[in-house]
Amino acid sequence: MISAEKNFTATTNPCKLCAPLGASLVFKGVRDALCLLHGSQGCATYIRRYLISHFREPVDIASSSFAEAAAVFGGGDNLKKALMNVGSQYHPEIIGVATTCLSETIGDNVPMYISEFKKANAGTDLPEIIHVSTPSYRGTHMDGFYESVKALVKSLARGGDRTDRIALFPGFVSPADMRYLKEIFSDFGLPWVMLPDYSETLDGPLWKEYQRIPKGGTTYDEIVSLGCSQATIEFGHTLKTGGSAGEKYSVPRYTLGMPIGITLSDEFFSVLGQLSGKEMPAKYGEERGRLIDAYADAHKYIFEKKAIVFGEEDLVIAMTSFLLEIGVVPVLCASGSKSGTMKKTISEMGAGYGRSISVREGADFADILDEARILRPDFMVGNSKGYAIARELDIPLVRIGFPVHDRIGGGRLLHLGYRGSQELFDRIVNTIIECTQAKSPVGHSYM
Amino acid sequence: MEHNIPKPPTAIKEEILSKYPPKVARKRNKSIVIRDPEDEQKIQANVRTIPGIITQRGCAYAGCKGVVLGPTRDIINITHGPIGCGFYSWLTRRNQTKPEGAEGENYMTYCFSTDMQDSNIVFGGEKKLREAIQEAYDLFKPKAISVFSTCPVGLIGDDVHAIAKEMKKKLGINVFAFSCEGYKGVSQSAGHHIANNGLFKHVVGLDDTVREGDFKINMLGEYNIGGDAFELERILELAGFTLISTFSGNSDMGRFANSHTADLNVIMCHRSINYMAEMMETKFGIPWLKVNFTGAKATAKSLRKMAQYFGDKKLINRVEKLIRNEMAAVNKVLSETRPRCEGKLAMLFVGGSRAHHYQELFNELGMKTVCAGYEFGHRDDYEGRDVLPDIKIDADSRNIEELFVEKDEKRYRPRKTSEEILELKKKGLEIGEYNGLMAEMSKQSLVVDDITHYETEKLIEFYKPHIFCAGIKEKYVVQKMGVPLKQLHSYDYGGPYAGFRGAINFYQEIDRMVNTRIWDLITPPWEKNGAEITAEFVSL
Repeated sequence: MISAEKNFTATTNPCKLCAPLGASLVFKGVRDALCLLHGSQGCATYIRRYLISHFREPVDIASSSFAEAAAVFGGGDNLKKALMNVGSQYHPEIIGVATTCLSETIGDNVPMYISEFKKANAGTDLPEIIHVSTPSYRGTHMDGFYESVKALVKSLARGGDRTDRIALFPGFVSPADMRYLKEIFSDFGLPWVMLPDYSETLDGPLWKEYQRIPKGGTTYDEIVSLGCSQATIEFGHTLKTGGSAGEKYSVPRYTLGMPIGITLSDEFFSVLGQLSGKEMPAKYGEERGRLIDAYADAHKYIFEKKAIVFGEEDLVIAMTSFLLEIGVVPVLCASGSKSGTMKKTISEMGAGYGRSISVREGADFADILDEARILRPDFMVGNSKGYAIARELDIPLVRIGFPVHDRIGGGRLLHLGYRGSQELFDRIVNTIIECTQAKSPVGHSYM
Repeated sequence: MEHNIPKPPTAIKEEILSKYPPKVARKRNKSIVIRDPEDEQKIQANVRTIPGIITQRGCAYAGCKGVVLGPTRDIINITHGPIGCGFYSWLTRRNQTKPEGAEGENYMTYCFSTDMQDSNIVFGGEKKLREAIQEAYDLFKPKAISVFSTCPVGLIGDDVHAIAKEMKKKLGINVFAFSCEGYKGVSQSAGHHIANNGLFKHVVGLDDTVREGDFKINMLGEYNIGGDAFELERILELAGFTLISTFSGNSDMGRFANSHTADLNVIMCHRSINYMAEMMETKFGIPWLKVNFTGAKATAKSLRKMAQYFGDKKLINRVEKLIRNEMAAVNKVLSETRPRCEGKLAMLFVGGSRAHHYQELFNELGMKTVCAGYEFGHRDDYEGRDVLPDIKIDADSRNIEELFVEKDEKRYRPRKTSEEILELKKKGLEIGEYNGLMAEMSKQSLVVDDITHYETEKLIEFYKPHIFCAGIKEKYVVQKMGVPLKQLHSYDYGGPYAGFRGAINFYQEIDRMVNTRIWDLITPPWEKNGAEITAEFVSL
């Protein structure tokens, strides 16, 4: 058996995805944008099939389709051809060019190719081309995500007169989360720009007529206007510098944890109160009230239950805060990424509740299983990739985050705010009850 | 929705081409063929996808690791490269397998990767690969370990084959590597070829044990998606054939090693595995037959061909009896489903064989395939193997190794004399032949190779088909247009669809899909001119 002490060189059952996937997601959240992966066509195909299996929505990603010759002599011609063809077929406003390990390994000078392409086609109506470096041998899909947000802001945002708009960088959240965030901002009467916004493009209705690029997403003008925001809010404990316009245009920045659970949601709503100068809209006070009421009602079912949380670092940290709040013991928090800050953040959170929590950065599922055998958790919280362990340990898995490809509605999972926490809470409690019920020898129906 | 009863697709082809830049249009023109069975038609296939044109195709790594080697349960597959490729090919093809007993080896649920980092790209990843192989061995003590190279590996020059050789010697188990970098060839097809070569070089023929049983066959190009191979194993056993090995659904390495002892190779997916059949014929003297177990009638026909090859009276009778029994159940379901499906239209864009094979199933349902094509087929898969001498080898094919295979002096054993083969051929048994997809398609149907996203959209508008068959990447975009899509890679998590029971499943599934009422609900009442809902007066 795999032993918990040994540090392995290889990765067995990874708990992370590659950087270009994160970039592809971000460009799905920009209006009339298309992502073009500069490398072998397999990358675009794999990433499309993976995103689609979670969102169950069309995801178009173009590729510069390297041949062996391009791998040897450079991919400039391929990139230019691809830019031309994507432009003429899709007429996008923005093309996001994300690199892959292939083009990065050969050291393709993508900014130079892009400027050559622009020069050669000067005078024609060209889309905006945004380059982001995303080799998959560096970091994870989350690095690709944040880098792409940064690249968009850096290339497009302009300074100017300060507006009352709030720039919101939600990070990798679900389309349902994004819709809820927009509702909250509207209710506070705060104008906002959210980047990215794939709430419609990755969870849309059937079409009356064909849409070459699905409707929705942050507009070009909105991204340009980011430099004039009143303030920026970004979610993610691990973000040190963030992707916001704050750097260049000195916009006040609030870096908050993802608002999951009462504590983190309170922080978020308080900031909105400050920025809008308004009272908390009654609706959210009521949501908060119902959530705490539910905490009290269901405490007996989940108090002292042990959980393993895994996935992207910022999601794991926020979930841990929530689990501590409801009396669950997070015995292990793990992520495939290693920003270097997760351990400290979670340890401090745990200390606040008098708990010492095992945290693993850069973990794979082999590591998680190893520790799980010793920790004997009651349930797991994370994406579908944890299923194999849950099955082996015969414990339930509460599915959150990405990828959720063995259930329907991955894009409609709500995690954020009081309402999202309520949904998570009910799902967790009911999972525990269902498990107790299923294993009860007498078949209680009144729990 | 009004459906177009096939009219000549000439105008739509012109419209599609007119939207492309001239160079692209010239290229695509050769890959779009309006079928005319009286003409000897050529199609352009297996050429590089144009950059920026969104394609269904994958890469050589996907074809090698995902398709051919993926379904084998007792070889540990290590992806040598950064994390993405390993993650994306982790259990996504739905190949099923039955390990032998509770303790039987099965590594298919694992994803092993060297997870290369910056420093490995700069200083090389050989050391890491060596350690990864050692770790996998220490943990599982497998019979074999194979290594799959991703794009950066070939570029930084890691010698995966040397390391495999070194570790094979050190560990005393079979270790072999594949140079299946994603930029090789033009699609996953290159990876199939690389996989065939590797298995042939490193595994086939390692075990000369002669297994018991009559009428020994290998089933080639059957990957056990949704349990297809299980259904075929059932049928073959009832029919009296002995299955030595399957490449590679529900397979294990021991069976591959022994596969050269079979007396006939039957090929399902010609594209992905014909190399193996040819190499085994040259080296060991095993003839091959193209079969198709997709569709009940096609299954019956294939079984009869196989029985005819062996020419044994008892076997022939047993096959006939089996067909009679199975067809009774098949016809019962068909009599219910066919009236509801008859006359409906299908479009098929998948694989290197499925776009051909599944036409049989639609024929059985009385449906018409108006438009079809492969993702990664070659000209011989469209036009038949007669065209092979005419296919020009281009730069993309040239960089895929062709193994030089010779007769094995000791083990070559002709299964039939050349007179016997000639005699069988005279009787209509097409040994070593494949006629391709185009032969299946009627006048004025449309054949499109490596269909693009844009063409898909235009052709759906034109044909308004009742069903479209492709994969998950196409599923949701086609359904957004109000046309149900059946996934023929993963079967939408259903299946099996092969063999007799598979045909029954498919009839029922297609019946449900083409007759669903869900599309009627798309337009809300407030956008229709309908009668107002009236209230009734009641006393409160």
